[in-house]
Amino acid sequence: MDTIAFYIFAAIAILASLGVIGQGNPMHSVMLLIVSFGALAGLYILLQAPFTAVTQIIIYAGAIMVLFLFVVMLLNVPREEPVPVTAAGMLGPTAMKIGAVLSVVLAIEVVWGLSRLGPTWFSQDAEAAGVSSVSRIGNVLFTDHAFAFEATSILILVAMVGAVVIARREH
Amino acid sequence: MVPLNYYLILSGILFSIGTAGVFLRRNLITVLLSVEIMLNAVNLSFVAIGRYLGSVDGQIITFFVMTVAAAEAAVGLALVIALFRHRETLSPDAYTSLKW
Repeated sequence: MDTIAFYIFAAIAILASLGVIGQGNPMHSVMLLIVSFGALAGLYILLQAPFTAVTQIIIYAGAIMVLFLFVVMLLNVPREEPVPVTAAGMLGPTAMKIGAVLSVVLAIEVVWGLSRLGPTWFSQDAEAAGVSSVSRIGNVLFTDHAFAFEATSILILVAMVGAVVIARREH
Repeated sequence: MVPLNYYLILSGILFSIGTAGVFLRRNLITVLLSVEIMLNAVNLSFVAIGRYLGSVDGQIITFFVMTVAAAEAAVGLALVIALFRHRETLSPDAYTSLKW
């Protein structure tokens, strides 16, 4: 059951991510990325991390993607000039060719290296399953990582002010 | 059951797709979306390894990555809007000079 769910979610995530970079309409890219984030939230559930799954849906698929959608609609540039995907497009600028080759090499390296190791199984005892406890996450977050948490709030404040200042119309 | 390796391989594949997107797309918004794919791939490894070690630190760092991604998206999209006002295009090739 877990295995079937993993393969379904993994296939959805990979196909949707390929769709994001594979077609020219930014609006469709944003929609496909939301699908990919949903599949990743499903994988987090399989990994006993419901808190992360919920924040993934609310913050990523909800807040951040709405921001992207607003900008895509605001700028109203539905298409870029058709370049990639076709073999003729791949022969365009040299930098793009090198980048594509490097990405494929990266994927092959990761898959090859990790498949050479034997399978590493997750432990099934009760203590290891405690990672799903939200109260434990809260305890660690507000004690051990309290400084990082407070620094995050300053980061968000700075980003908010910065976004307003940068996007403001000059007078 | 699914071993840890499969999650890490999936994470590696998603990260490669994100890198390919940064190199191949000629649209600043799609480039930012590809960066989000890469951040999510890293999040998946953090959560999977946290589950493997029986520690919640993986989920906590994922939380911080999400916060930083939100800040990055806000500032990045503001920059895209400011750039679009100047050149009326989103192609990165149009922005080869730092100052004009």
